[in-house]
Amino acid sequence: MANDRPLNQMVTAQWLLGGESIYWVAGKGWSDSFAEGTLYVDQPAADAALAEVQEFVKQRVVVGPYLIEVEVDKDGPKPTSARERIRAAHNATFDIDHGSWTARIAD
Amino acid sequence: MVVLRNGVPQPNEWVRVADDAALPEGAKAIVSLERWQAEREILRQRNTAIGVSLKSDQSPLLLADDLDHLSLVALEFPKFTDGRAFSYARVLRDRLGYRGEIRAVGQVLRDQYLFMTRVGIDTIEPPAEKRVEGYAEALKEFSVFYQPTNDRRETALRLRHGLDKVATAAE
Amino acid sequence: MYRYDQFDATFVRERTEQFRGQVARRLAGELTEEEFRPLRLKNGLYLQLHAYMLRVAIPYGELSSKQMRKLAFIARRYDKGYGHFTTRQNIQYNWPRLDDVPDLLAHLAEVEMHAIQTSGNCIRNVTADHLAGVIPDEVDDPRVWGEIIRQWSTLHPEFSYLPRKFKIAVIGTDTDRAAMRTHDIGLKIVRNDAGEMGFAFYTGGGQGRTPIIGPLVKGFVAKEDLLSYLDATLRVYNMHGRRDNIYKARIKILVQSLGAEEFGRQVEEEWLRIKDTVLKLPEAEVARIRSYFAPPAYETLPAYIPEFEAKKKADADFGRWVRANTDVHKVDGYTAVSISLKPVGAAPGDATADQMDVMADLSDAYSFGEIRVTHRQNIVLPNVRKQDLFDLWTKLKAVGLAEPNIGFVSDIIACPGLDYCNLANARSIPVAQRLSRRFSDPKRLSDIGELRLNISGCINACGHHHVGHIGILGVDKKGEEFYQVTLGGSSAEDISIGKILGPAFSYDQITDAIETVIDTYIDLRSEPSERFIDTYRRVGIEPFKEKVYGSSKERRPAAE
Repeated sequence: MANDRPLNQMVTAQWLLGGESIYWVAGKGWSDSFAEGTLYVDQPAADAALAEVQEFVKQRVVVGPYLIEVEVDKDGPKPTSARERIRAAHNATFDIDHGSWTARIAD
Repeated sequence: MVVLRNGVPQPNEWVRVADDAALPEGAKAIVSLERWQAEREILRQRNTAIGVSLKSDQSPLLLADDLDHLSLVALEFPKFTDGRAFSYARVLRDRLGYRGEIRAVGQVLRDQYLFMTRVGIDTIEPPAEKRVEGYAEALKEFSVFYQPTNDRRETALRLRHGLDKVATAAE
Repeated sequence: MYRYDQFDATFVRERTEQFRGQVARRLAGELTEEEFRPLRLKNGLYLQLHAYMLRVAIPYGELSSKQMRKLAFIARRYDKGYGHFTTRQNIQYNWPRLDDVPDLLAHLAEVEMHAIQTSGNCIRNVTADHLAGVIPDEVDDPRVWGEIIRQWSTLHPEFSYLPRKFKIAVIGTDTDRAAMRTHDIGLKIVRNDAGEMGFAFYTGGGQGRTPIIGPLVKGFVAKEDLLSYLDATLRVYNMHGRRDNIYKARIKILVQSLGAEEFGRQVEEEWLRIKDTVLKLPEAEVARIRSYFAPPAYETLPAYIPEFEAKKKADADFGRWVRANTDVHKVDGYTAVSISLKPVGAAPGDATADQMDVMADLSDAYSFGEIRVTHRQNIVLPNVRKQDLFDLWTKLKAVGLAEPNIGFVSDIIACPGLDYCNLANARSIPVAQRLSRRFSDPKRLSDIGELRLNISGCINACGHHHVGHIGILGVDKKGEEFYQVTLGGSSAEDISIGKILGPAFSYDQITDAIETVIDTYIDLRSEPSERFIDTYRRVGIEPFKEKVYGSSKERRPAAE
């Protein structure tokens, strides 16, 4: 079924120092925001972007860049896989408010 | 190419010889296990020192009967993650009683060097792109050792109990 | 507990500085990520989904109150105020920065802690029975041997680049609380016919995609030969373990392919050559280490304490907690208390920095400052006077740490799963949270009785799903999470590997499916005292299959 949709891809990586997930914005640089990431609609363009960002690996700014699949609907783009949706949110999906145990008891 | 002994760079006196190449006259030569096994009788007659290189899937037990004739055994690390040769070095020293030079070749990293000296490896050939000074630094990173090996470094256990002051004939 | 002498302290300091240098070389470009990765892993540092994750070693699961306070300090200063206790009795921090880790390790070294060999293809931090030293009928204290193994395995020059990771667990009783036979080497302390103490070696157990119950390879190894026999085992593995396929690289595959008998023969041959060398353990060193594990200054107390018994009857909640969360102690008048890190709706094994501080204070007040971490991701105060239990319970309740569910269905083992882990296929923690809310009624829990429910977010099985009475395995189907259920596993002395129930369930179906399994058990059990696992073993998987998949269309899984 995935084959019926147009293929959209984005380049993602992680900051070397903090490990946070980041997205490649063509012509600008890296963004923490998935929404700002540049969409590539054909494979050669995506491959070219992935090749371009290798320089940031060499410069020890980012680690492990790779392409992710993205689907676009009326709400805009979102990653196709559960894994990438969780990465894009920069946090666990459940309430990790460990801040107060009273909150935990009330849960 | 340099080799390191105790962290100190030295000229490499050994030449690795391809299986189909002629042995260099008067130079110390390292051949593959396959060549050694095929030409053992001729190679033993040679006046210049000879060594054999073992791939990481070739056990030194294959050389058990030949070690008297070998001045060097090279252990290959095809990838630094392939740690078989750490055991091979111990088999060579402890089980086969080999006293010649053991050399590590291939992907030999600075952070493995101390381990290599501990299991009985004498010399290493660091990859060309690596900073050799780092290897010497790596040997100084630890002063405490937990495992008795054949490198004569005293272990924490023996120092704790004053066993370092006792004659160690059993070793 | 063990205290570092000058050698241990110097060593850990040197290791910390070595890692500081490794990080500096990575940042300076002397090391590529490919080269740095195994170095950081050998020091417990992963790059996960959202950030780096640091796994700190808690050797054989023992902590002092001082160490626990330091863990709390680190959670506040370098993380987001919490930590995650793991099935290997360690703690993980989910959010440290790479450039902070050397300083973080220096803080740990101040309290004799480190992250050495908590990951990587080396001998991992050793685990043990969490009730070591306080349980009756122990042949010997596993902590003594755990510490000896810790030192022997630390930066072992020959065994730091093994084919794959290598895990060792030690137990000292017939009851197995450490999942001993799921380890690369499981050691059971035993006595031979002559009454001498030694070790039974169960070698080649493991979980992952090929779960195997470790076979007995040698029934008795004398205590002075422990290290030489370990050395021989590791040497055979290091030379002959597979390196061509990561999924076949664990020692269990080597033992299976040779057969336990032939594997044992090869180890024996190697061992006979080295057993009478410097590897022989001097009695003086065993005695030195043992002296650190001498019992604390227990008081002479009666076994039966009327006020305590009266309190249990008077306060039903307290009574329930005592029944579920305390274990019998070898000293009269004392008990080992489990603090459940599985309150309703919580992330299993998580504790906040504040909770860590409270647990440290309570262990000082009530347990000689000793703390244990269990492989089921709970905390134990091992030496509490029965007369103090009510006060302790009251204080635990105030901070949400008095959940009376140890050993019950909501005492769930869960790996971090897809919420944090780079390897995971599906989330584990939210599934555990939903289940713990579904089974939140303490009366219902105790009616269901002992039930071990384990959840892994992928086939690596960090959440021990193969050996849960009920196991849940997260799988990925085209980018979506699904959950496969296994029944009939056990990690205890009656060890068994669970069987797959049938097609996997979606994230929204899995809670109902588990409830159906449990309701089916309630219907099928011969009497209330028959445990889930015993009913399952009596009736088999079919009745559960029928109920879960049977005719009920709405419960039929959507996929597969």
